[in-house]
Formats: sequence, C-alpha cells, structure tokens
Amino acid sequence: MAFLELSNVRKAFSQSVAVHNFDLQVERGEFISFLGPSGCGKTTTLRMIAGFEKPTSGSIKIDGKDITQRPPNQRNIGMVFQSYALFPNMTVADNIGFGLKVARRPASEIRERVTEMLRIIHMPEYGDRYPFQLSGGQQQRVALARALAIRPQVLLLDEPLSALDAKIRISLRQEIRSIQRQLGITTIYVTHDQEEALSLSDRIVVMSAGHVEQIGTPFEIYNFPQTAFVASFVGTLNVLPASVIDASAGRLAVDGQEIRTTRPIPNTAGTNVQIALRPEALTIVSERHNGANYLQGTVEDVMFLGSIVRVRVRFGEQLLNFDMLNNPNLTVPTPQETVTLSFAPEACLVLGNSPANA
Amino acid sequence: MAKILRAESQPTGIGTIANKVPWAWLGVVPFFLFVMAFLFYPAFSIVVRSFFDQSGNFTFQNIIDLNQPFIRASYWFTIQLSAVTALIGGLLGFLLAYALTLGKLPEGIRSLMLTFSGVASNFAGVPLAFAFVATLGQLGVVTQALRSIGISIYPTFSLYSFWGLTITYVYFQIPLMVLIMVPALDGLRTEWREAAESLGATPLQYWRHIALPILLPSILGTMALLFGNAFGAHATAFALTGGGTKGTVVTLLIGAQLSSDALSNPGLGNALALGMIVIMLITIGIYSWMRQLAERWQSG
Amino acid sequence: MTKRASPWAWLWFIITGIYFFVPLFATAQFSLRAKRDELSLLAYQNVLNSPAFVSSFMFSFQTALITIIVSALLIVPTVYWVQLRLPRLRPVIEIFTLLPIVVPAVVLVFALIRSYNRTMLTDSRNGTYVLLIGAYVMLSFPYMYRAVDTGLRAINVRTLTEAAQSLGAGWFTILFRIIFPNIYIALLSGAFVTFAIVMGEFTIASLLSQPAFGPYMALLSGSKVYEPSALAIISFALTWAAIGLLQLVGRRLPGRIQLVGGR
Repeated sequence: MAFLELSNVRKAFSQSVAVHNFDLQVERGEFISFLGPSGCGKTTTLRMIAGFEKPTSGSIKIDGKDITQRPPNQRNIGMVFQSYALFPNMTVADNIGFGLKVARRPASEIRERVTEMLRIIHMPEYGDRYPFQLSGGQQQRVALARALAIRPQVLLLDEPLSALDAKIRISLRQEIRSIQRQLGITTIYVTHDQEEALSLSDRIVVMSAGHVEQIGTPFEIYNFPQTAFVASFVGTLNVLPASVIDASAGRLAVDGQEIRTTRPIPNTAGTNVQIALRPEALTIVSERHNGANYLQGTVEDVMFLGSIVRVRVRFGEQLLNFDMLNNPNLTVPTPQETVTLSFAPEACLVLGNSPANA
Repeated sequence: MAKILRAESQPTGIGTIANKVPWAWLGVVPFFLFVMAFLFYPAFSIVVRSFFDQSGNFTFQNIIDLNQPFIRASYWFTIQLSAVTALIGGLLGFLLAYALTLGKLPEGIRSLMLTFSGVASNFAGVPLAFAFVATLGQLGVVTQALRSIGISIYPTFSLYSFWGLTITYVYFQIPLMVLIMVPALDGLRTEWREAAESLGATPLQYWRHIALPILLPSILGTMALLFGNAFGAHATAFALTGGGTKGTVVTLLIGAQLSSDALSNPGLGNALALGMIVIMLITIGIYSWMRQLAERWQSG
Repeated sequence: MTKRASPWAWLWFIITGIYFFVPLFATAQFSLRAKRDELSLLAYQNVLNSPAFVSSFMFSFQTALITIIVSALLIVPTVYWVQLRLPRLRPVIEIFTLLPIVVPAVVLVFALIRSYNRTMLTDSRNGTYVLLIGAYVMLSFPYMYRAVDTGLRAINVRTLTEAAQSLGAGWFTILFRIIFPNIYIALLSGAFVTFAIVMGEFTIASLLSQPAFGPYMALLSGSKVYEPSALAIISFALTWAAIGLLQLVGRRLPGRIQLVGGR
C-alpha cells in the first residue's frame, strides 16, 4: 500500500475549481515533484496535504490513516515555504528546535537534535545567528532543518528555491536531494521550473489548470509526453500540424511532405493532428535513405548559443527549430540555404488531447 | 525654490559630484533655516534661559523651583494620566486592531474604522471636550440617563477629575493605537503561523512564542507614543476646564505662564518647558528604539 | 481557510463602537435641543449665521492654505534633494519629523513667544501671524514629509531625473514638468491632513491671540449652551470630509496614514 495516498481529491472555490480529481500514490521515501505553471493547482494540492486547505471532496491518507480532517498541527508534516518563513524573533537554533519545544521534549534532546540538524545542513557555527543576519540560501537551509527536526512523515516544499539566485538554486537543490536521500523521507516538491523537477525527482506530476496531465519518471515525461501540454512545458519542442494519411500505417503529411511515425495516431485519415519533434532529434543530411523521415526547407536563422547551435528552418507555413552540437569543424548552414532534415519515426511524437481540453 | 531655478543652466548630469554638491545643499537650506527659526532656536533658547535668572546670572534656582508641591503634584498627575490613558488606549486599541485584521471583520468595517480613527485622533481638543460635556457633563446625556435609573455620578465625578480626563483622552488614544497597530498586525506573515502549525504549535503557542514577541516592540513603542501624546495634550484639558486656571496638567501650567501673569517668574515657565521637553525626549527615545527593533524583525 | 470573523472580533468592535458612538450621539442630540421641547436645527442656524463663525472659519481656512503652500514649498525640494543626492541626510530629516511630538504645541508656542519677545514678530498682529504660520508649518512637517517621501519613492525619482536629463531637460523643467505632476497626489494627502490639523487647532492660535476657528469654538462655550455642540458636530463633519477625501486620494498611494492633530 502506498505511504501517501491522495484519492479523488478535489478543491473548489466559489468562483472556480482549483484542483480536479487528483489521484496519487506515493511510496515511502519517494521524491515527487508537482510541476506546472502558476495557477495550475500544484500549491493548492500541497497545502491540502499540509492541512492549510480542506479538500472539497476526496481523501488524503498517510501510512494508512486518513488525515483529511486533521488540523495541520496534528499531521506531523514538515513544510518549507518559498519565503523561508523563519521566525524573526528567534535564533537559528531556536527556530530549528521550535517543533520539539512545542512538543515539550526535554531541553537536552532539543539541543542534540539542533546540533545534528545544523551539521546536516552544513551550518554548524550558525546556531546563535538571527534570520536577518543570514542570506536567502542560508535561511532556506535553516527552514529545511527546522522542518526536518521533528522527524516528519512527509516533507513538503513549496517552490523553495524560486526566491534565490540561479547559482545558489543549483547547489541548494542538490543539497536538498542528498539530505532527502540520506534521511529517506517521503517528499513532495512543488515547482514551475522543469529543470528542477527533472533533475531531482523520482517521479513528476505535471499539472495544468487544476488537472493532472501526466505522472511519470523524468525520463518518461520528457521522452514520452502524453499530451501537448506536457510536451511543450517540459523541454523545448517543435509542434507542427499534420494531416493523417493512414492511421494504421502511421503515415502523416506535413506541409505536403509525407512522413512516418511509430507512435499511435488516435485520429482517422483525413483529420488533422499535432506532431511534436524535439530539436535534438533532427539532423541535417545530404542524402536520403529508406526508413527515415525527411523534411525539406529553407534556413531562416542561425543562432549560436554556446555549446549548441540552433537553426531555424522554414518549410511552407511552418517553422522548425533544430539543435546541433557545437563543433569548430562544423559547417554551419547559412540563411536562405535549402536543407533536408532527417529524424527517426520513433522521434515523431503524436500529441493526444490533454484532459484540460476534454 | 529660486535657488533651484538658477541651476537650470548647469550642463552636466548627476554624476559630477564636484559641480553638483553645492546645489543640492542649497536646495535643502531653506528647510533647515525654517526649522532653525521656528523650532530649534526657540526651543534651545528656552532650555538655556531656564538656567538663568531675571538678572542674567547662571542659576539652578528655576529647576529647583520646580520642586514646589503644587508643581510636583502637577507633573505627577500628568504622568499618571498619560500612563493610564496609554495603557487603556493601548490595550483597547490593540484589541480593536486585532479584531480588524486577524479577527477578520469585513473589509467595509475595517475601512470604516480606519477612517474613523483618522478623524477621531484629530477630533481631539475643543470639539472633543464639548462632546464629552454633552455626554458626561452635569446635563449630559449619559448623566441624565444614569440619573433616571437612580445612579447619580455627580458630585463625586467631574469631567475635570483624573477619571474624567482619562475617559476623554482615551477617545483619541485608541484610534492612534489602531492606526499604528493595524499595519503592524498586517505585517504578521501568514507563513509564520502556518510554519508554526506545521511544526505542531497550537494557536496559543504560536502567539506566545512568535506573534506576541514580534509585535511587542510595536506595542510598547506605540504605547510610549500614546504616553507622549497625552502628556503634551493641551487643548482638550483647556476646553474641559472652561479656560480656568486650575492647571493640574503641566501643559495648562505652561499655557498659563503666557496668558495670565499669575506666576510672573519667567524662569519658572522656562523650567516647566524644559521639564516637559526632557520627559518627551525620553518618551520619543523609547518609541524610536522600539520602532527600530520592530522594523528589523518585521522585514526578516 | 475560513473567512468569517471570530465572535471576539465582533465583541471588541461593538464595545469600542459604543464608546465612540455615544459621545457623538450625545453631542448631536444636544445640538438639536436649542428650541425647548422640540428637535430643531436652531443651534446650527445660529452658528452658521453668526459673523464670528464665518470670519474665524475663513481665517483658519486661509491660514490652512498658506500653511500647505509654505510647507510644500519647503518640503518637496528638500525631500527631492535628499533622495537624489544626500541620502546621508535622511536619518537627520527623519528625526526632524519626530520633533513636533517632542516639542508639543503648547511648549512650541511658549518658546516662540518668549524667544521672539519684543521683536516685530510678537509686537504686531502681522508678526504673530507669521509665528502662527511658522508653528503650523512645523506641525505639518511630519505628515507632509512622509507623504512626499513616499510619493517620490514610488516614482523612482533618480531614474526619472536621469531619463529627463538624458533627454536634455534642465532642473526647472524636471521639477515642474516631471516631479510635481507625479507627486501631486502625495501632496494632496499631506495637504488634507494639514488642513484638518490647522482647522481644528486651538492651543497655538489662542495663545497667539489669533482670531482662528479653534479659539472661536472655545470662546463660545463660555456664553452659549447648545451652539458649542453644533460646532462640535460641524467640526467633526468637516474633519470627516477631509479624511474621506484623503482616503479617496490616498488610495493611489502606498504607505499608511497617521493622524495626530492638535490636542
């Protein structure tokens, strides 16, 4: 049985529905990300797990016990906020020890635990400092220590790195992940940054407008997106309209040029679908062979991005970006040049309808 | 302003310091001159003169004269009055501010009370005295109402007694507390309460360990302000006495120095003013210190 | 989270509400009793028709306007230059805005009269009027300063000035075409507070023997019974109007309103 279970959780406000029918099973020790744009319901769902919002319907269970009606201070859940939310009138040590003090643990136990937590976050000398003396990254680490000090069943993080500089974000997120692994604590991590979600999670829940778009491992989400939203939100993507020639044979026509895909096509012949191609799946070729797909177009623009060279190609009404790895010996295509792009049939994604549009 | 107009012909931009500093200073000179003329010079001269007698000799006599029983009683009375109204106004004002913010009273009521507080804290003085005479005076509405049910508050009660003044002063003390505490209470971030809850704290524990300690500098500082507010009040007390020279409040004593020649010792007036300034300096010092603390923690 | 108010909140609101309401009600009731045994607006009529009311009201009104103008002329350039060039002066000026509390009205007027004794300032009606304006401007400083400071901060004065300079504007143009139009709302909010303060002020006006509205009100209490209450209601309504306009105008302005008038 799953450790954390959300069944049919729904949250409606008077004006709108924030979360539709959310189902999720989380194993003990798993690191799950809720990924999506602002307003997609990820924070609302997190707050329902924490107890700051009550679901309109549905249930939340931890370790078999139904906690849906329990107030937040009885759930033994650790929460880390985007704004750190350290208590400004207390030292770092007092902040970390607060949960234990409230639980009336003996002072010696509190002291020991605080020292241990300070060690885990690599800030052993900072016990006597006040929050206003710390940088953003330090404050967030203290917030993490404070949440973990009470040995919570579940750790919840609400966009914890959004307020920090890019460099600190990267180092801190690795630290969060390694601490989480070390302690083996079940974790839910809310973010709008797909790089964060992809690099940290065991599984990702992609959300949009209150609906779950897809749940899967980072690899699955990236390589096998199930909806147009997931495909476009995670990674860059070229989305093109195509008409179906033969659904069972996987034949489509883009701008009059025929291509083939191995992905299932949900529609019938004559209708239009959307196909998606990752920029890294395309290459320039000079010869055509059987078995692969080819699209011919004109180069419009070449952008040098450092390790990647991004080329924009136009064919008919459509524009396509494809990436080449930088190489000093490279012959970079020039604008106005005619090029032939090739990609494997498996790389041609066919996008289904997302639940939000259903 | 004329000085700034002349600067129009300067060709260079903000960056050149050497060229620009004189003009900037010139721009603020009128302000400083004004404050000098209408505040510093008079106040300073009073303070200095309180150490000199009528013949121009240096003396502490004026200060010592403050020790007369009448004047001592007056200071003590005023200090007590200010402290009591600061406490009552502070407590009730805090509770009202709490009701308006965390107590989640409707937005309409909140803005009504805030507007009213703005008006009430300025209503002080003569109109307020009139209002309380109409309420608790000999012929006042509440007095009559109490009389009709058998309670006669006169002659033991008088609007110009300690409690009469207290009831009247509180009318502008509470609004001032509300005006300052509402933003302070708004500044209590909901994340702090949520973080405390997620760590297992009950609402009472949250208040005891986090909210009240954070608010305490604001509360104490504002109460200090309320103290100073009451201590410096003149118009209200004056209007309540009907302009008489009973002078139990220090401000009335000072005012009396000017209007009547009852105490024709100019040095005494200076010393009274000096005493008042000293007390106010201490009060404002406490207020400033508390406000610094509050700002440091609230921005954290 | 529940958005409903707790019963304690309503309790405190009602208790303090009663305390605030009763004196106003009593005053209003009193003011309507000028005619024996019936409610009438006689007291109001008497007041509004009396020449003393009109003249003292106009006197204070005019004084308020002058105070606002002088105060604005002194404060705006000062705040502008401090924000732009002299940020180190900022704490000094902030202390200055606390001074009117340290030196309450009665001490201020006492000091003014004593220090300028036997000069032109105290010996003539015009002279004392200058002292009056000076004192009122001092009283208005904290509110004007805070309003203008907030207003200038909100429009990011430095960037605007640099942009204007890069486009070739001189100081005069900058101040009048760019700064002033953008802060007139802030100025208005300071002006309303100053207006309320000056109109209701008693201590300084009376001790300087000025024919202002405050002393007029106090004088009336010696001779009349019902008219003072009518005056109190009028004064209250006036202040409410000023503050109401302030709220209307100040809604476009960040920062809080703090009102401490003549006591």
